[in-house]
Amino acid sequence: MTQTLATQEHVYLEAFRAFQRNGAVHDPAWVQALRQSAMDRFMELRFPTARRGNEEWKYTDVRPLAATPFPLPSSANAKPAPQEVRLATFGERTWHRLVLVDGQPAPDLSSLNGLPERVRVMGLAEAVTSAGDLVQSHLGCHAAHQSEAFAALNTAFLHHGAFVHVPDGVFLEQPIHLIFITTRGQQAAFHPRVLIVTGRDSSATVVESYLGLDNSRYFTNVVAEVALGRGSALKHYRIQRQSEASYHIATTQVNLTANSSFTNGAFDFGGGLVRNNLNVLVAEEGSNCALHGLYMPTGDQHVDNQVIIDHQVGHSDVKEVYKGILNGRARSVFHGSIIVQPHAAKVNATQEDKNLLLSPEAEADTKPAFWIYCDDVKCGHGAACGQIDPDALFYLRSRGLSEAAAKGLLVRGFAAGILDAIQVESLRKHVNSIVSARLEEWLGQEA
Amino acid sequence: MLEIRDLHASINDVEILKGVNLTVNAGELHAIMGPNGSGKSTLAFVLAGKPTYAITSGQVLLEGVDMVGMAPENRARAGLFLSFQQPMEIPGVRLDQFLRAGYNAIHKARREEELDVLKFDRLLTRKTKMVGMEAALTRRYVNEGFSGGERKRNEILQMAVLEPKLSILDEPDSGLDIDAVRIVAQGINQLRTPQNSVLLITHYQRILNYVQPDYVHVLINGRIVQSGDKDLALQVEAEGYDRFEAKEQALDLSPSCPPLPKGEGDVSPSLLGKGARGLG
Ligand SMILES: Nc1ncnc2c1ncn2[C@@H]1O[C@H](COP(=O)(O)OP(=O)(O)O)[C@@H](O)[C@H]1O
Ligand SMILES: [Mg+2]
Repeated sequence: MTQTLATQEHVYLEAFRAFQRNGAVHDPAWVQALRQSAMDRFMELRFPTARRGNEEWKYTDVRPLAATPFPLPSSANAKPAPQEVRLATFGERTWHRLVLVDGQPAPDLSSLNGLPERVRVMGLAEAVTSAGDLVQSHLGCHAAHQSEAFAALNTAFLHHGAFVHVPDGVFLEQPIHLIFITTRGQQAAFHPRVLIVTGRDSSATVVESYLGLDNSRYFTNVVAEVALGRGSALKHYRIQRQSEASYHIATTQVNLTANSSFTNGAFDFGGGLVRNNLNVLVAEEGSNCALHGLYMPTGDQHVDNQVIIDHQVGHSDVKEVYKGILNGRARSVFHGSIIVQPHAAKVNATQEDKNLLLSPEAEADTKPAFWIYCDDVKCGHGAACGQIDPDALFYLRSRGLSEAAAKGLLVRGFAAGILDAIQVESLRKHVNSIVSARLEEWLGQEA
Repeated sequence: MLEIRDLHASINDVEILKGVNLTVNAGELHAIMGPNGSGKSTLAFVLAGKPTYAITSGQVLLEGVDMVGMAPENRARAGLFLSFQQPMEIPGVRLDQFLRAGYNAIHKARREEELDVLKFDRLLTRKTKMVGMEAALTRRYVNEGFSGGERKRNEILQMAVLEPKLSILDEPDSGLDIDAVRIVAQGINQLRTPQNSVLLITHYQRILNYVQPDYVHVLINGRIVQSGDKDLALQVEAEGYDRFEAKEQALDLSPSCPPLPKGEGDVSPSLLGKGARGLG
């Protein structure tokens, strides 16, 4: 067993050595050092495959992922067809778009000309040289590559990705859309890295979207570091529609400074095995954080959301609402931890995870938890798993709606709060249309 | 319009309706009165096709078509409407949107005009005025945060919009103060036509001061034990249900015996082969 595990990680060690010899060699020394230390750490941490005493991965078994020797992507850049690009570039024409295709920036598909002065949206590899100091002061400083194997692996291979910087006092009106397209026939491991830095009293919206064009089996391991400046407000959305045969592991590490405000919407439709780690560190007082999530797995999809909010200090508000709509043999896991450290008084936090099971074979594990080491705190939580309410279904049918249409309305109604929380209208419409299309497929034409 | 023949129905294998006979003609309003637990809501739900109830024997004909086994939406499309005794909240589902979906489903089935959002909105505004409901409520989620009176009025609004042939109103007056009862009654009266029929279920005679029934039936323990005109309701109000309960027990003791002698001013259902009718 140890033997095979060693080989599993060694595939990545071999790939790392090849990667060091190729393009990565031109990067600044600090980047190379960061990668090397992360690779060393990954070889110590290894994939979290243990089935005993491994609470954080208790319900999500990554042994099949670890056992698959995913190579690095070939450098030949596949070109998605225009209609495939249109699938990915939803939203308004006025949005600022950065497109990456199979891990590599695609400048011809991106549109960044309308960016206000001083706002930077660019590929990460470019940013490492052109915005070196700022990038260096954040990159690898937030995400826990010392303790998390997947974050370590991503950091070892960090190269391409996206960098967003909204300087002090800038109110960016149009959303920034970071688009990650995985083309057909891909079987590689991708480690995109995202760094978002907002300056003092600034405001911006960033949408990260992940789209797979077919049902290939690949491995996406993304890390996003999000650093909010004092008094800044960031709306951050994540729309994941990758292949239903793929592995999607995502770590989003958020750092909240004084009086900052963070809104997050996490939407998972794709992926075969999905694990999202959303970690929010409340580093200074007066911050505000609203986290919403909706997952809609079907077939054999498995979606695991781990959300940790760590209050180092108090005087902060947190609202966390996740909902799942499960079909087929799908499985979901929600593991929420709200930590209130000693002296972090005046924290006001609620967390909730509700699941609607549309099939008898679907299963949801939900565990919202509080870890409170301080008295002066207001907390509330809720968790639920249930089926469509037969009385409500009858009520709607008694008004002439077909069973499928009535179910569709009820399920959409269940998700309404999460969808309504999307503060960008065209994004809300887009996500709504994905939800509707999925429900129509599950419940029948009329839904 | 509606013909119920020897209807037996049960829930969780417990028989609740034990042979109901009733005929309602077009344009008639029948009141069904009975104590709590006598099976009034069961009758309403069974007629509307709620899947948790099982019809074990008997027939239910709506305009001559047997509805037993018909899906609830198809009954609605055939012109049946149920006003719920306890209208529920439906989180996340907007009243106007859901009602338009119902309206269009019914109209589509009848090959009648379906309405777009704008046209339906106009219709809805008109109907809210008609039943005295605040139009803003229609843009809220169904019954969410509605008062008891608003919920009942919402049921009448839906009846007004869907224009059913047969309305079954399950205690539209319960839990309401007298002003609210009057408003609901007004709504019911406005919607009465010579073509449409109403089955008005109530525990108290009170609402019948404002809505004139053609016939009144007393339902006890799953059976109609007496039928009459509106004076029967006053009698119930004055005497309570005790006397009727005693009568029902007598029925139970002699199921295969000849019908009980006819009482004064009432008609025993077992005397009427095809179902209880008014005195006529
Ligand atoms: N789910 C159920 N299982 C068994 N008995 C039920 C159920 N629901 C209602 N009943 C019984 O059916 C009887 C009739 O109830 P209902 O039709 O609601 O009466 P009413 O509307 O006249 O007050 C009552 O005795 C009630 O206890
Ligand atoms: Mg009742």
